[in-house]
Amino acid sequence: MAVSFRIRVDMIACDGRGLCADLLPERIRLDDWGYPMIDPTSVSGVVLDHARRAVAACPVLALKLEAVRGS
Amino acid sequence: MIAHELPSSPPLSTGPSLPRLLSALDEQSGGATSLSAHRRTYPPPTPARRQPAESYIAAVEKAGLRGRGGAGFPTGRKLRTVSEGQGRRVVVVNGSEGEPASAKDGLLLTRAPHLVLDGALLAAAAIAAREVFVGIERGKVAALRAIHHAIAERVHAHEPMVPVRVVELPERYLSGEESALVHLINGGEAKPTSTPPRPYQRGVGGGPTLIDNVETLCHLAQIVQWGPAWFRSQGTVEEPGTMLLTLSGAVGRRGVCEIPIGMSLATILSSSRPNAGGISAVLLGGYYGTWLSVADARVATMDNATLRRMGSGLGCGAVIALPPHACALSETARVLTWLAGQTAGQCGPCVHGLAAIAGGMRELAAGTASLRTLESLHRWGDQVEGRGACSFPDGAVRLLRSALKVFNNDVARHISHGPCSAAAHQPVLPIPSANVVSWR
Repeated sequence: MAVSFRIRVDMIACDGRGLCADLLPERIRLDDWGYPMIDPTSVSGVVLDHARRAVAACPVLALKLEAVRGS
Repeated sequence: MIAHELPSSPPLSTGPSLPRLLSALDEQSGGATSLSAHRRTYPPPTPARRQPAESYIAAVEKAGLRGRGGAGFPTGRKLRTVSEGQGRRVVVVNGSEGEPASAKDGLLLTRAPHLVLDGALLAAAAIAAREVFVGIERGKVAALRAIHHAIAERVHAHEPMVPVRVVELPERYLSGEESALVHLINGGEAKPTSTPPRPYQRGVGGGPTLIDNVETLCHLAQIVQWGPAWFRSQGTVEEPGTMLLTLSGAVGRRGVCEIPIGMSLATILSSSRPNAGGISAVLLGGYYGTWLSVADARVATMDNATLRRMGSGLGCGAVIALPPHACALSETARVLTWLAGQTAGQCGPCVHGLAAIAGGMRELAAGTASLRTLESLHRWGDQVEGRGACSFPDGAVRLLRSALKVFNNDVARHISHGPCSAAAHQPVLPIPSANVVSWR
Protein backbone atom coordinates (compact mmCIF):
# COMPACT_ATOMS: atom_id res chain seq x y z
CA MET A 1 0.00 0.00 0.00
CA ALA A 2 1.37 3.39 -0.98
CA VAL A 3 2.09 5.81 1.85
CA SER A 4 1.74 9.52 1.27
CA PHE A 5 2.29 12.41 3.64
CA ARG A 6 0.23 15.32 4.80
CA ILE A 7 1.36 18.34 6.75
CA ARG A 8 -0.31 19.18 10.01
CA VAL A 9 0.22 21.91 12.54
CA ASP A 10 -0.45 21.67 16.25
CA MET A 11 -2.08 25.08 16.64
CA ILE A 12 -1.71 25.05 20.43
CA ALA A 13 2.05 24.57 20.13
CA CYS A 14 2.51 26.96 17.19
CA ASP A 15 3.53 30.48 18.08
CA GLY A 16 3.61 31.94 14.64
CA ARG A 17 7.33 32.33 13.94
CA GLY A 18 6.55 31.75 10.27
CA LEU A 19 9.71 29.84 9.26
CA CYS A 20 7.60 27.09 7.75
CA ALA A 21 6.03 29.40 5.18
CA ASP A 22 9.52 30.43 4.03
CA LEU A 23 10.69 26.84 3.71
CA LEU A 24 7.51 25.37 2.23
CA PRO A 25 5.73 28.06 0.22
CA GLU A 26 4.29 25.23 -1.93
CA ARG A 27 1.90 24.29 0.89
CA ILE A 28 2.01 26.96 3.58
CA ARG A 29 1.02 30.60 3.63
CA LEU A 30 0.58 32.84 6.63
CA ASP A 31 -2.66 34.39 7.82
CA ASP A 32 -3.01 38.07 8.76
CA TRP A 33 -1.41 37.36 12.15
CA GLY A 34 1.50 35.26 10.93
CA TYR A 35 0.16 31.78 11.65
CA PRO A 36 0.51 29.04 9.04
CA MET A 37 -2.42 28.05 6.84
CA ILE A 38 -1.75 24.58 5.48
CA ASP A 39 -2.83 23.25 2.12
CA PRO A 40 -4.12 19.76 3.00
CA THR A 41 -3.07 18.12 -0.29
CA SER A 42 -0.55 15.35 0.28
CA VAL A 43 3.12 15.96 -0.40
CA SER A 44 5.61 13.85 -2.31
CA GLY A 45 8.86 14.12 -4.26
CA VAL A 46 10.77 17.36 -3.94
CA VAL A 47 7.92 18.99 -2.00
CA LEU A 48 8.23 16.20 0.57
CA ASP A 49 11.91 17.09 0.95
CA HIS A 50 10.99 20.73 1.53
CA ALA A 51 8.31 19.65 3.97
CA ARG A 52 10.81 17.60 5.98
CA ARG A 53 13.09 20.61 6.15
CA ALA A 54 10.25 22.83 7.33
CA VAL A 55 9.26 20.30 10.00
CA ALA A 56 12.85 20.09 11.22
CA ALA A 57 13.17 23.88 11.31
CA CYS A 58 10.07 24.58 13.41
CA PRO A 59 11.45 25.98 16.67
CA VAL A 60 8.48 24.77 18.75
CA LEU A 61 8.00 21.39 17.01
CA ALA A 62 4.44 22.32 16.04
CA LEU A 63 4.75 21.24 12.42
CA LYS A 64 4.28 17.56 11.67
CA LEU A 65 4.32 15.20 8.73
CA GLU A 66 1.60 12.64 9.00
CA ALA A 67 1.64 9.40 7.03
CA VAL A 68 -1.60 8.77 5.16
CA ARG A 69 -2.27 5.17 4.19
CA GLY A 70 -3.48 4.55 0.68
CA SER A 71 -2.93 7.38 -1.76
CA MET B 1 -45.65 24.02 23.65
CA ILE B 2 -45.75 23.45 27.36
CA ALA B 3 -44.07 25.87 29.70
CA HIS B 4 -42.56 24.44 32.82
CA GLU B 5 -44.82 26.52 35.03
CA LEU B 6 -47.77 24.28 34.20
CA PRO B 7 -48.66 21.45 36.62
CA SER B 8 -47.11 18.10 35.77
CA SER B 9 -49.12 14.97 35.04
CA PRO B 10 -49.66 12.25 37.67
CA PRO B 11 -47.40 9.13 37.74
CA LEU B 12 -47.57 7.25 34.48
CA SER B 13 -47.58 3.65 33.46
CA THR B 14 -46.84 4.60 29.86
CA GLY B 15 -44.55 7.44 28.89
CA PRO B 16 -45.74 11.04 29.12
CA SER B 17 -46.88 12.70 25.89
CA LEU B 18 -45.86 16.31 26.45
CA PRO B 19 -44.05 17.59 28.38
CA ARG B 20 -41.68 14.69 28.80
CA LEU B 21 -38.57 15.92 30.57
CA LEU B 22 -40.37 18.72 32.35
CA SER B 23 -42.92 16.23 33.72
CA ALA B 24 -40.08 15.10 36.02
CA LEU B 25 -40.15 18.48 37.78
CA ASP B 26 -41.98 18.74 41.07
CA GLU B 27 -44.27 21.70 40.42
CA GLN B 28 -45.82 21.65 43.88
CA SER B 29 -42.65 22.09 45.88
CA GLY B 30 -40.88 24.12 43.20
CA GLY B 31 -37.68 22.48 44.44
CA ALA B 32 -35.84 19.35 43.43
CA THR B 33 -37.89 16.20 42.94
CA SER B 34 -37.06 13.87 45.84
CA LEU B 35 -35.78 10.35 45.29
CA SER B 36 -38.98 8.78 46.63
CA ALA B 37 -41.15 10.94 44.34
CA HIS B 38 -38.87 10.17 41.39
CA ARG B 39 -38.99 6.43 42.07
CA ARG B 40 -42.78 6.44 41.76
CA THR B 41 -42.22 6.87 38.00
CA TYR B 42 -38.70 5.62 37.36
CA PRO B 43 -37.26 2.32 38.69
CA PRO B 44 -33.68 2.35 40.01
CA PRO B 45 -31.16 1.85 37.18
CA THR B 46 -29.63 -1.62 36.97
CA PRO B 47 -26.03 -1.25 38.13
CA ALA B 48 -23.24 -1.32 35.55
CA ARG B 49 -21.74 -4.77 34.95
CA ARG B 50 -18.52 -5.93 33.36
CA GLN B 51 -20.16 -6.18 29.95
CA PRO B 52 -21.88 -3.30 28.16
CA ALA B 53 -25.69 -3.43 28.29
CA GLU B 54 -26.31 -4.05 24.60
CA SER B 55 -30.08 -3.60 24.95
CA TYR B 56 -29.65 -0.01 26.19
CA ILE B 57 -27.31 0.89 23.36
CA ALA B 58 -29.66 -0.68 20.82
CA ALA B 59 -32.65 1.20 22.29
CA VAL B 60 -30.88 4.56 22.07
CA GLU B 61 -29.72 3.80 18.51
CA LYS B 62 -33.23 2.84 17.52
CA ALA B 63 -34.68 5.93 19.18
CA GLY B 64 -32.40 8.10 17.04
CA LEU B 65 -31.52 10.37 19.97
CA ARG B 66 -29.09 13.15 19.11
CA GLY B 67 -27.04 15.16 21.59
CA ARG B 68 -28.82 18.23 22.93
CA GLY B 69 -25.69 20.18 23.85
CA GLY B 70 -25.39 21.83 20.45
CA ALA B 71 -23.47 19.49 18.17
CA GLY B 72 -26.35 17.04 17.63
CA PHE B 73 -24.19 13.93 17.32
CA PRO B 74 -26.11 10.59 17.40
CA THR B 75 -25.96 9.44 21.03
CA GLY B 76 -26.35 5.75 20.17
CA ARG B 77 -23.31 5.81 17.92
CA LYS B 78 -21.30 7.49 20.66
CA LEU B 79 -22.39 4.86 23.20
CA ARG B 80 -21.47 2.07 20.79
CA THR B 81 -18.02 3.51 20.03
CA VAL B 82 -17.11 4.06 23.68
CA SER B 83 -18.46 0.62 24.65
CA GLU B 84 -16.07 -0.96 22.16
CA GLY B 85 -13.05 0.98 23.46
CA GLN B 86 -10.32 -0.70 25.49
CA GLY B 87 -9.58 0.39 29.04
CA ARG B 88 -11.41 1.73 32.07
CA ARG B 89 -14.53 3.41 30.70
CA VAL B 90 -15.95 6.55 32.27
CA VAL B 91 -19.12 8.63 31.88
CA VAL B 92 -18.95 12.41 32.18
CA VAL B 93 -22.16 14.39 32.57
CA ASN B 94 -21.49 17.70 30.89
CA GLY B 95 -23.42 20.07 33.11
CA SER B 96 -21.52 23.15 32.03
CA GLU B 97 -23.87 25.66 30.50
CA GLY B 98 -21.55 28.49 29.55
CA GLU B 99 -23.99 29.72 26.96
CA PRO B 100 -25.47 32.86 28.57
CA ALA B 101 -28.85 32.45 26.85
CA SER B 102 -29.39 28.84 27.92
CA ALA B 103 -30.89 27.74 31.24
CA LYS B 104 -32.36 24.31 30.50
CA ASP B 105 -29.52 22.12 31.78
CA GLY B 106 -29.36 24.12 35.00
CA LEU B 107 -33.12 23.67 35.37
CA LEU B 108 -32.85 19.88 34.96
CA LEU B 109 -29.92 19.63 37.38
CA THR B 110 -31.67 21.78 39.96
CA ARG B 111 -35.23 20.45 39.68
CA ALA B 112 -34.86 16.90 38.29
CA PRO B 113 -31.43 15.78 39.56
CA HIS B 114 -32.55 12.15 39.80
CA LEU B 115 -33.54 12.01 36.15
CA VAL B 116 -30.06 13.32 35.29
CA LEU B 117 -28.42 10.75 37.59
CA ASP B 118 -30.59 7.92 36.21
CA GLY B 119 -29.52 8.91 32.70
CA ALA B 120 -25.86 8.99 33.71
CA LEU B 121 -26.04 5.63 35.52
CA LEU B 122 -27.96 3.99 32.66
CA ALA B 123 -25.33 5.30 30.24
CA ALA B 124 -22.69 3.86 32.58
CA ALA B 125 -24.49 0.49 32.47
CA ALA B 126 -24.76 0.76 28.69
CA ILE B 127 -21.01 1.07 28.23
CA ALA B 128 -19.94 -0.83 31.40
CA ALA B 129 -18.31 2.29 32.85
CA ARG B 130 -16.63 2.12 36.26
CA GLU B 131 -17.22 5.72 37.28
CA VAL B 132 -19.40 8.75 36.63
CA PHE B 133 -18.32 12.40 36.84
CA VAL B 134 -20.78 15.28 36.91
CA GLY B 135 -19.25 18.60 35.85
CA ILE B 136 -21.11 21.74 36.95
CA GLU B 137 -19.89 25.34 36.99
CA ARG B 138 -18.77 26.56 40.40
CA GLY B 139 -21.26 29.43 40.43
CA LYS B 140 -24.31 27.22 39.77
CA VAL B 141 -24.87 26.84 43.49
CA ALA B 142 -28.44 25.51 43.32
CA ALA B 143 -27.54 22.86 40.73
CA LEU B 144 -24.51 21.76 42.74
CA ARG B 145 -26.53 21.57 45.94
CA ALA B 146 -29.32 19.57 44.23
CA ILE B 147 -26.93 17.03 42.71
CA HIS B 148 -24.95 16.56 45.93
CA HIS B 149 -28.22 16.09 47.81
CA ALA B 150 -29.56 13.64 45.19
CA ILE B 151 -26.40 11.51 45.39
CA ALA B 152 -26.68 11.49 49.20
CA GLU B 153 -30.32 10.38 48.95
CA ARG B 154 -29.28 7.40 46.83
CA VAL B 155 -26.47 6.43 49.16
CA HIS B 156 -28.88 6.67 52.08
CA ALA B 157 -31.42 4.47 50.22
CA HIS B 158 -28.64 1.92 49.52
CA GLU B 159 -29.19 2.13 45.78
CA PRO B 160 -26.34 0.24 44.11
CA MET B 161 -24.32 2.46 41.78
CA VAL B 162 -20.83 3.06 40.48
CA PRO B 163 -19.01 5.97 42.17
CA VAL B 164 -20.46 9.35 41.16
CA ARG B 165 -18.19 12.36 41.63
CA VAL B 166 -19.16 16.00 41.26
CA VAL B 167 -16.54 18.22 39.65
CA GLU B 168 -16.76 22.00 39.94
CA LEU B 169 -15.88 23.77 36.72
CA PRO B 170 -14.55 27.28 36.18
CA GLU B 171 -17.25 29.61 34.88
CA ARG B 172 -16.03 29.94 31.36
CA TYR B 173 -17.57 29.15 28.02
CA LEU B 174 -14.86 26.60 27.25
CA SER B 175 -15.42 24.53 30.40
CA GLY B 176 -17.97 22.55 28.42
CA GLU B 177 -15.60 21.78 25.55
CA GLU B 178 -15.03 18.03 25.74
CA SER B 179 -11.24 17.93 25.76
CA ALA B 180 -11.13 20.84 28.24
CA LEU B 181 -13.53 19.02 30.55
CA VAL B 182 -11.43 15.86 30.41
CA HIS B 183 -8.22 17.84 30.94
CA LEU B 184 -9.70 19.45 34.07
CA ILE B 185 -10.88 16.12 35.52
CA ASN B 186 -7.42 14.71 34.82
CA GLY B 187 -5.91 17.45 36.98
CA GLY B 188 -5.12 20.06 34.35
CA GLU B 189 -6.63 23.38 33.38
CA ALA B 190 -10.03 23.57 31.70
CA LYS B 191 -8.46 24.35 28.33
CA PRO B 192 -8.95 22.35 25.15
CA THR B 193 -6.14 19.97 24.24
CA SER B 194 -4.85 18.92 20.84
CA THR B 195 -6.90 16.10 19.34
CA PRO B 196 -6.63 13.25 18.41
CA PRO B 197 -6.89 11.35 20.65
CA ARG B 198 -10.47 12.42 21.28
CA PRO B 199 -12.09 11.78 24.68
CA TYR B 200 -14.06 8.78 23.35
CA GLN B 201 -10.69 7.19 22.55
CA ARG B 202 -8.59 8.39 25.50
CA GLY B 203 -10.28 10.60 28.02
CA VAL B 204 -10.53 10.59 31.81
CA GLY B 205 -7.66 8.57 33.27
CA GLY B 206 -6.72 7.62 29.70
CA GLY B 207 -9.84 5.46 29.34
CA PRO B 208 -12.61 5.68 26.73
CA THR B 209 -14.90 8.46 27.95
CA LEU B 210 -18.52 9.12 27.15
CA ILE B 211 -19.35 12.80 27.53
CA ASP B 212 -23.00 13.71 27.25
CA ASN B 213 -25.02 16.81 27.87
CA VAL B 214 -27.47 16.88 30.81
CA GLU B 215 -30.62 17.04 28.67
CA THR B 216 -29.35 14.23 26.43
CA LEU B 217 -28.94 11.92 29.42
CA CYS B 218 -32.45 12.72 30.65
CA HIS B 219 -33.83 11.67 27.25
CA LEU B 220 -31.69 8.52 27.47
CA ALA B 221 -33.26 7.64 30.83
CA GLN B 222 -36.74 8.03 29.36
CA ILE B 223 -35.86 5.96 26.29
CA VAL B 224 -34.67 3.09 28.48
CA GLN B 225 -37.87 3.42 30.50
CA TRP B 226 -40.47 3.77 27.74
CA GLY B 227 -38.72 2.55 24.61
CA PRO B 228 -37.67 3.91 21.22
CA ALA B 229 -41.17 3.78 19.66
CA TRP B 230 -42.53 6.02 22.43
CA PHE B 231 -39.55 8.37 21.96
CA ARG B 232 -40.18 8.59 18.22
CA SER B 233 -43.86 9.44 18.70
CA GLN B 234 -42.79 13.09 18.96
CA GLY B 235 -40.46 15.04 16.68
CA THR B 236 -39.49 14.30 13.09
CA VAL B 237 -38.29 11.04 11.53
CA GLU B 238 -34.74 12.38 11.19
CA GLU B 239 -34.74 14.22 14.52
CA PRO B 240 -37.11 12.42 16.86
CA GLY B 241 -38.19 13.39 20.34
CA THR B 242 -38.75 16.61 22.20
CA MET B 243 -36.25 19.27 23.12
CA LEU B 244 -35.94 22.00 25.68
CA LEU B 245 -35.77 25.60 24.56
CA THR B 246 -34.71 28.62 26.58
CA LEU B 247 -36.69 31.65 25.39
CA SER B 248 -35.52 35.20 26.05
CA GLY B 249 -35.51 38.68 24.56
CA ALA B 250 -38.70 40.15 23.11
CA VAL B 251 -40.97 37.35 24.26
CA GLY B 252 -43.81 37.60 26.74
CA ARG B 253 -42.74 34.63 28.79
CA ARG B 254 -39.03 33.99 29.20
CA GLY B 255 -37.74 30.68 30.42
CA VAL B 256 -37.52 27.02 29.57
CA CYS B 257 -40.18 25.18 27.60
CA GLU B 258 -40.37 21.80 25.92
CA ILE B 259 -41.39 21.32 22.29
CA PRO B 260 -41.57 18.43 19.86
CA ILE B 261 -38.66 18.84 17.43
CA GLY B 262 -39.98 20.30 14.17
CA MET B 263 -42.49 22.65 15.79
CA SER B 264 -43.10 25.95 14.02
CA LEU B 265 -40.97 28.78 15.40
CA ALA B 266 -43.79 31.27 14.73
CA THR B 267 -46.10 29.22 16.97
CA ILE B 268 -43.49 29.14 19.71
CA LEU B 269 -42.93 32.88 19.52
CA SER B 270 -46.62 33.77 19.31
CA SER B 271 -47.64 31.44 22.13
CA SER B 272 -45.03 33.08 24.28
CA ARG B 273 -46.83 36.37 23.48
CA PRO B 274 -44.28 38.59 21.76
CA ASN B 275 -44.32 42.27 22.58
CA ALA B 276 -46.80 44.32 20.62
CA GLY B 277 -43.85 45.84 18.72
CA GLY B 278 -42.91 42.49 17.22
CA ILE B 279 -39.37 41.36 16.61
CA SER B 280 -36.59 42.26 14.19
CA ALA B 281 -34.63 38.97 14.11
CA VAL B 282 -34.13 35.76 16.08
CA LEU B 283 -30.84 34.50 17.45
CA LEU B 284 -31.01 30.70 17.45
CA GLY B 285 -28.63 28.59 19.51
CA GLY B 286 -27.62 31.47 21.76
CA TYR B 287 -24.42 33.51 21.62
CA TYR B 288 -22.68 30.62 19.91
CA GLY B 289 -25.54 30.43 17.43
CA THR B 290 -26.78 32.09 14.26
CA TRP B 291 -29.18 34.85 13.27
CA LEU B 292 -32.44 34.14 11.52
CA SER B 293 -34.22 36.90 9.59
CA VAL B 294 -37.85 37.65 10.46
CA ALA B 295 -38.89 36.28 7.06
CA ASP B 296 -37.12 32.98 7.78
CA ALA B 297 -38.32 32.93 11.40
CA ARG B 298 -41.91 33.17 10.15
CA VAL B 299 -41.64 29.90 8.19
CA ALA B 300 -38.93 28.06 10.13
CA THR B 301 -39.59 24.82 11.93
CA MET B 302 -37.40 23.85 14.86
CA ASP B 303 -35.36 21.03 13.32
CA ASN B 304 -31.86 21.09 11.94
CA ALA B 305 -32.89 19.77 8.53
CA THR B 306 -34.97 22.91 7.94
CA LEU B 307 -32.79 25.38 9.83
CA ARG B 308 -29.57 24.35 8.05
CA ARG B 309 -31.17 25.34 4.75
CA MET B 310 -31.57 28.80 6.28
CA GLY B 311 -27.96 28.84 7.41
CA SER B 312 -28.96 28.30 11.02
CA GLY B 313 -29.42 25.44 13.49
CA LEU B 314 -30.94 24.44 16.82
CA GLY B 315 -27.66 24.51 18.72
CA CYS B 316 -28.36 24.24 22.45
CA GLY B 317 -31.98 25.38 22.01
CA ALA B 318 -31.56 28.97 23.17
CA VAL B 319 -33.96 31.27 21.30
CA ILE B 320 -33.55 35.03 21.62
CA ALA B 321 -36.08 37.34 19.95
CA LEU B 322 -34.51 40.69 19.10
CA PRO B 323 -36.85 43.66 19.61
CA PRO B 324 -37.23 46.12 16.72
CA HIS B 325 -35.57 49.01 18.56
CA ALA B 326 -32.29 47.10 18.89
CA CYS B 327 -29.32 47.50 16.55
CA ALA B 328 -28.52 43.95 15.43
CA LEU B 329 -24.96 44.95 14.52
CA SER B 330 -24.26 46.44 17.96
CA GLU B 331 -25.73 43.37 19.63
CA THR B 332 -23.61 41.07 17.47
CA ALA B 333 -20.52 43.19 18.18
CA ARG B 334 -21.09 42.88 21.92
CA VAL B 335 -21.59 39.13 21.72
CA LEU B 336 -18.51 38.69 19.51
CA THR B 337 -16.47 40.81 21.93
CA TRP B 338 -17.59 38.57 24.77
CA LEU B 339 -16.82 35.42 22.75
CA ALA B 340 -13.35 36.75 21.87
CA GLY B 341 -12.74 37.13 25.61
CA GLN B 342 -13.67 33.48 26.18
CA THR B 343 -10.74 32.14 24.14
CA ALA B 344 -8.37 29.83 25.99
CA GLY B 345 -5.57 31.92 24.50
CA GLN B 346 -3.85 28.89 23.04
CA CYS B 347 -4.25 29.06 19.25
CA GLY B 348 -3.06 32.15 17.38
CA PRO B 349 -5.92 32.32 14.85
CA CYS B 350 -8.47 32.17 17.69
CA VAL B 351 -6.73 34.71 19.95
CA HIS B 352 -5.94 37.26 17.21
CA GLY B 353 -8.71 36.38 14.79
CA LEU B 354 -11.63 36.65 17.21
CA ALA B 355 -10.25 39.93 18.60
CA ALA B 356 -9.93 41.31 15.08
CA ILE B 357 -13.42 40.13 14.13
CA ALA B 358 -14.94 41.66 17.26
CA GLY B 359 -13.10 44.93 16.60
CA GLY B 360 -14.27 45.06 13.01
CA MET B 361 -17.82 44.39 14.07
CA ARG B 362 -17.67 47.17 16.67
CA GLU B 363 -16.50 49.59 13.96
CA LEU B 364 -19.35 48.46 11.75
CA ALA B 365 -21.86 49.02 14.54
CA ALA B 366 -20.39 52.43 15.37
CA GLY B 367 -20.65 53.47 11.74
CA THR B 368 -16.91 54.05 11.43
CA ALA B 369 -16.21 51.06 9.18
CA SER B 370 -15.41 51.24 5.48
CA LEU B 371 -15.96 48.69 2.73
CA ARG B 372 -12.42 47.52 3.47
CA THR B 373 -13.42 46.68 7.04
CA LEU B 374 -16.20 44.56 5.63
CA GLU B 375 -13.74 42.84 3.28
CA SER B 376 -11.41 42.18 6.20
CA LEU B 377 -14.25 40.71 8.26
CA HIS B 378 -15.01 38.21 5.49
CA ARG B 379 -11.32 37.36 5.10
CA TRP B 380 -10.80 36.93 8.83
CA GLY B 381 -13.78 34.61 8.97
CA ASP B 382 -12.22 32.45 6.26
CA GLN B 383 -8.81 32.56 7.96
CA VAL B 384 -10.09 31.60 11.41
CA GLU B 385 -12.55 28.85 10.49
CA GLY B 386 -11.27 25.36 11.24
CA ARG B 387 -7.93 26.62 12.55
CA GLY B 388 -8.28 26.20 16.28
CA ALA B 389 -7.43 23.04 18.21
CA CYS B 390 -11.14 22.95 19.11
CA SER B 391 -14.18 24.23 17.26
CA PHE B 392 -14.72 27.26 19.52
CA PRO B 393 -13.52 29.87 17.00
CA ASP B 394 -15.72 28.27 14.30
CA GLY B 395 -18.82 29.19 16.28
CA ALA B 396 -17.79 32.83 16.45
CA VAL B 397 -17.22 32.81 12.69
CA ARG B 398 -20.66 31.29 12.13
CA LEU B 399 -22.25 34.07 14.18
CA LEU B 400 -20.28 36.71 12.25
CA ARG B 401 -21.27 35.29 8.87
CA SER B 402 -24.92 34.97 9.76
CA ALA B 403 -24.95 38.60 10.96
CA LEU B 404 -23.32 39.89 7.77
CA LYS B 405 -25.82 37.91 5.70
CA VAL B 406 -29.05 38.48 7.61
CA PHE B 407 -28.33 42.15 8.31
CA ASN B 408 -26.64 43.01 5.00
CA ASN B 409 -28.93 46.03 4.53
CA ASP B 410 -28.02 47.32 7.99
CA VAL B 411 -24.34 46.75 7.21
CA ALA B 412 -24.56 48.81 4.01
CA ARG B 413 -26.47 51.59 5.79
CA HIS B 414 -24.01 51.74 8.69
CA ILE B 415 -21.12 52.03 6.24
CA SER B 416 -22.76 54.73 4.12
CA HIS B 417 -24.73 56.69 6.75
CA GLY B 418 -23.04 56.02 10.09
CA PRO B 419 -24.62 54.51 13.20
CA CYS B 420 -28.37 53.93 13.35
CA SER B 421 -30.76 55.54 15.82
CA ALA B 422 -30.86 52.30 17.82
CA ALA B 423 -27.31 53.02 18.98
CA ALA B 424 -28.82 55.48 21.47
CA HIS B 425 -30.84 52.70 23.14
CA GLN B 426 -29.69 50.41 25.92
CA PRO B 427 -28.21 47.18 24.58
CA VAL B 428 -30.59 44.20 24.70
CA LEU B 429 -28.57 41.01 24.98
CA PRO B 430 -27.13 40.51 28.46
CA ILE B 431 -23.38 40.01 28.59
CA PRO B 432 -21.93 38.09 31.56
CA SER B 433 -19.65 40.14 33.78
CA ALA B 434 -16.02 40.05 32.80
CA ASN B 435 -14.69 38.79 36.13
CA VAL B 436 -11.30 37.18 36.05
CA VAL B 437 -11.92 33.45 36.41
CA SER B 438 -9.27 30.81 37.01
CA TRP B 439 -8.82 27.91 34.61
CA ARG B 440 -9.31 25.27 37.30
